[in-house]
Amino acid sequence: MSKRKAYYTSKLKRAVHMLFYKRHKKPGVKGWELRKVLGSDYPKVLSILDDYLKSLDLQVKTVFEEEKPSEKPTLEQLDRARFYITLRGDLTPKEAKMIGWRIDDLAGLAITIAYITSKKGKAPRKEVEELLHDKLPEWKVGLNVDRYIRYGYLTQDENEQLYLDWRTRAEVDQKALIDLLLGAETQQESSS
Amino acid sequence: MQSRRERVKIGRERLQHIIEMCKSIEERSLDPFLLNVDEIIKIVREYFPEWEQPEDLCLDAETIHRLASVIKLQSEWVKHRSTSLYMDPFLLEEKIRRIEKKEMVAAFLQAWHPIVELEQISIHSLAEALRYWESLLPLNERWKEFPQPEAEAGSATREELIKQRILRDKAFTEELENFWKELREQVEAKGADGRIRYWDFVGAETYEETVQRAFMTSFLVTYGYATLEIRPLEEEIYVRPYEKQVRITAKKQLVSVPIAITLEDWRKWKEAKNNEQT
Repeated sequence: MSKRKAYYTSKLKRAVHMLFYKRHKKPGVKGWELRKVLGSDYPKVLSILDDYLKSLDLQVKTVFEEEKPSEKPTLEQLDRARFYITLRGDLTPKEAKMIGWRIDDLAGLAITIAYITSKKGKAPRKEVEELLHDKLPEWKVGLNVDRYIRYGYLTQDENEQLYLDWRTRAEVDQKALIDLLLGAETQQESSS
Repeated sequence: MQSRRERVKIGRERLQHIIEMCKSIEERSLDPFLLNVDEIIKIVREYFPEWEQPEDLCLDAETIHRLASVIKLQSEWVKHRSTSLYMDPFLLEEKIRRIEKKEMVAAFLQAWHPIVELEQISIHSLAEALRYWESLLPLNERWKEFPQPEAEAGSATREELIKQRILRDKAFTEELENFWKELREQVEAKGADGRIRYWDFVGAETYEETVQRAFMTSFLVTYGYATLEIRPLEEEIYVRPYEKQVRITAKKQLVSVPIAITLEDWRKWKEAKNNEQT
């Protein structure tokens, strides 16, 4: 094995340990933490890891502190970003059930995220609960919203305004969700 | 023809109404274009010549501030509407009511890429934990009581206890009432409008004394001998003594006001005082 290859193999292992295993209360690792352990060429290590994970249907996901930069991110932006390992493809409903989600709860989460996204990332909890109440029993609505907050999909301020939180930014492709919802209705309309 | 007083009153009410409207737009995420900015500016301009009192000018400034926030929201609104993420919330509500749960989940699953996170014990961490456990002393050893130092009983005079700050040389109530008297005297001598600037009252020759005076002032306010008047715009706090002690009832909402007495603040005050004297 060439010296260079051995170097990156060892870095890859360290990166896998850091990214797969929870180190803090929240999953994921900050860029500066990776730089400290893997060295300043950590973006390259992550890129090799991402390639490697492709065949396993996983990916290295970068969540920037601010909006995603339109050009190549700077080292500073990467240092402040958080890195996660997420699924690259998508789950089937059966698989989603296996990882602990009931179809009702998942549909509720989808509605909540889509609604808050459409309201520029902020919506009163009351409005969201009214929306969920249309299809979920009243006792479940509050519990579900609390659960989404606990898991990190949403956050709530003192005025009971809901915002999208770190897990939504890491796991949900908001643009794809909106496109898919628009598409879903078109299909229904075209069949009727 | 309206009298000037009436116009001022109406103007105040209109500005208050505008502030409330702006606030509800900000807080309830309403459409910021519900507000006719030109119309509001016209109203603000119309009443501006009437304002003479500082409170009215503050109201005018707050109206402009709130209006600026709504204009900012309008700009964000336009920006958001021009992005691909924009979807009309009313349209969305309609869709949600019509889409089947299964369809909704199917759409979400295509956009959802859950995080992979593992928690697992390893041989290394188990070994580390065992080493820690072995070196950990039993609770009864760790929490062993410290032996009480043997103290010989003796007698102390009242003066000695005052020196050690165990006893005070005056009863607290007596001390507080004297302090209240001093406050009223200082208001009369140095204050204006029945009140005195907080720092002019608590400030003393030494920092320690200043802290002691601030401590006593807090009791004057808590026990209803005086009240604090806070002017955020002037960044000033005043102490106003009451003529008689006011009994504070539980019905009234009490507010705690933390006031930092830092060494730096004291130095600044002292410097300003010295400059005034010279």
